[in-house]
Amino acid sequence: MPAAAAKLRLAETVKEADLVIDGVTMRFETREGAVTAVDDMSFSVERGEFVSIIGPSGCGKSTVFNILGGLVRGYEGKVNVGGDLISGPHPSIGMVFQEESTFPWRTVLDNVAFPLEVKGVRKAERHEKARHFIDMVGLNGFEQRYPAELSGGMRQRVAIARTLVFEPKILLMDEPFAALDEQTRLLLGDKVLKIQEELKQTTLLITHNITEAVQLSDRVIIMTFRPGKVKRIVDIRLPRPRTGDVVGSEAFGRHVAEIWNDLREEASRGMAESEAGARRRKA
Amino acid sequence: MRLAAIPPLAIGLATVGLALGVVETLLLLGLLNQFVIPLPSAVLGSFGRLFAEEQLLERLMMTGSEALAASVLVSVAGISLGVLLYKVRILALATEPWVAAVAAAPVVLAYPLFLVIFGRSAATIIAMGFVAGLAPVILKTLEGLKGVRKSLINVGLSYNLTPAQQFWKIEFPAAIPTIFVGVRLGLVFALINLIGVEFLINFGGLGQLINDLAERYDLAGVFATIVFVILVSVVIFAVLERMERWLRPGR
Repeated sequence: MPAAAAKLRLAETVKEADLVIDGVTMRFETREGAVTAVDDMSFSVERGEFVSIIGPSGCGKSTVFNILGGLVRGYEGKVNVGGDLISGPHPSIGMVFQEESTFPWRTVLDNVAFPLEVKGVRKAERHEKARHFIDMVGLNGFEQRYPAELSGGMRQRVAIARTLVFEPKILLMDEPFAALDEQTRLLLGDKVLKIQEELKQTTLLITHNITEAVQLSDRVIIMTFRPGKVKRIVDIRLPRPRTGDVVGSEAFGRHVAEIWNDLREEASRGMAESEAGARRRKA
Repeated sequence: MRLAAIPPLAIGLATVGLALGVVETLLLLGLLNQFVIPLPSAVLGSFGRLFAEEQLLERLMMTGSEALAASVLVSVAGISLGVLLYKVRILALATEPWVAAVAAAPVVLAYPLFLVIFGRSAATIIAMGFVAGLAPVILKTLEGLKGVRKSLINVGLSYNLTPAQQFWKIEFPAAIPTIFVGVRLGLVFALINLIGVEFLINFGGLGQLINDLAERYDLAGVFATIVFVILVSVVIFAVLERMERWLRPGR
């Protein structure tokens, strides 16, 4: 779907959307002048929908993540969450970060219960709720372990459970499995599909991994390389409930090829630009 | 029995025993000079005499309590000042190089100044230890807090924590391992200076005793007292390690 049509669709779906991004532009001042990281981005995520944003490195994906999470300000445009205009971190948005973000000094149980603890929920209640989500991400039996005793994939599941325990309207994830190997990533994808099925959780995933985006999403938003714009929105027509088996299907391959076709040009521009930058620095 | 199955403490004690045995043999064979190094057996033998005639226990308690007082002061003041510098950026920019300079300075040479201020008393000794140990605690507290991973800070921001929650629930616990490196360093500096000043001003506990015994050329006594100085530091570091594990579990 081209960008103009995406904007039209935006107007139609605003009513039932959990998240609406409208004309968001972000500029940074650098020594070489102003850089537009994100340029007039508009899209929406409907209730219960799983949407991925995919783009080459340096396209402004993480800037979008930080804007939606309320961690950066000074952008143009509007971000609406369940009808609220956001101006900082919003309780309806739960964030899962790319980098290691579990607290090493807390057990799995206390890590997951953390958001409830800071809101003053009683210990028994918060632990019960935390146990439910630990079970959901498949970490039962590890409640009393510390993050250092877990694998990278397990730690990211702790971070996901910690975000879900707060029952956010929108789950916002920034390449949560980027540091993991491909097989672990596919298996964790299965887990995310199951959770999504169970909670009907509205989710926005930022990723650079095409198979991950196709495996998990209802729609994939392809971004252009700098400045980051919506290039196209692809509807993923794979049946739900999905399992990891979908990866072997013909339709899956078609979607991957389709997205790569769009992304290749952007990725090439990104690579050419970073190589030119390296040459300039050398000179 | 495999070597790995033996408790490390037993291996440690056996190694010390073996080393002392070797030194004893070399001294008895005349390969080492007994006027420079006392016989380990004589050192062990002097313990009873030191307890009975030189009030070793009282002196141990005195140095121990001075060390404890200096440790508490160094930790509380050092960590608080480190936090202050972290919170007030301009203060950190203005003073960090000076604090680093003090950390490298031979503060012990300023003991006459402390004598003038505090007199020939335990207060001088504690103050000397305090001043000597303060800088590394401040610097490491600042370093630990500045080095908290951005992702952990972002987790706090995403949950809209209050500034106090952000500090006590995330930044401070995350910085504890680095802060304890500073506290350990600070206490080493404090203890060295404390014993040094006791020795220099001939006042107080074990440092003074070492001075007395050295002047009487009681080498076995000097070495035996040094064993007790080591004992004080071992106790302090064992307590510190327990505290760190309690405050910051999970490595």
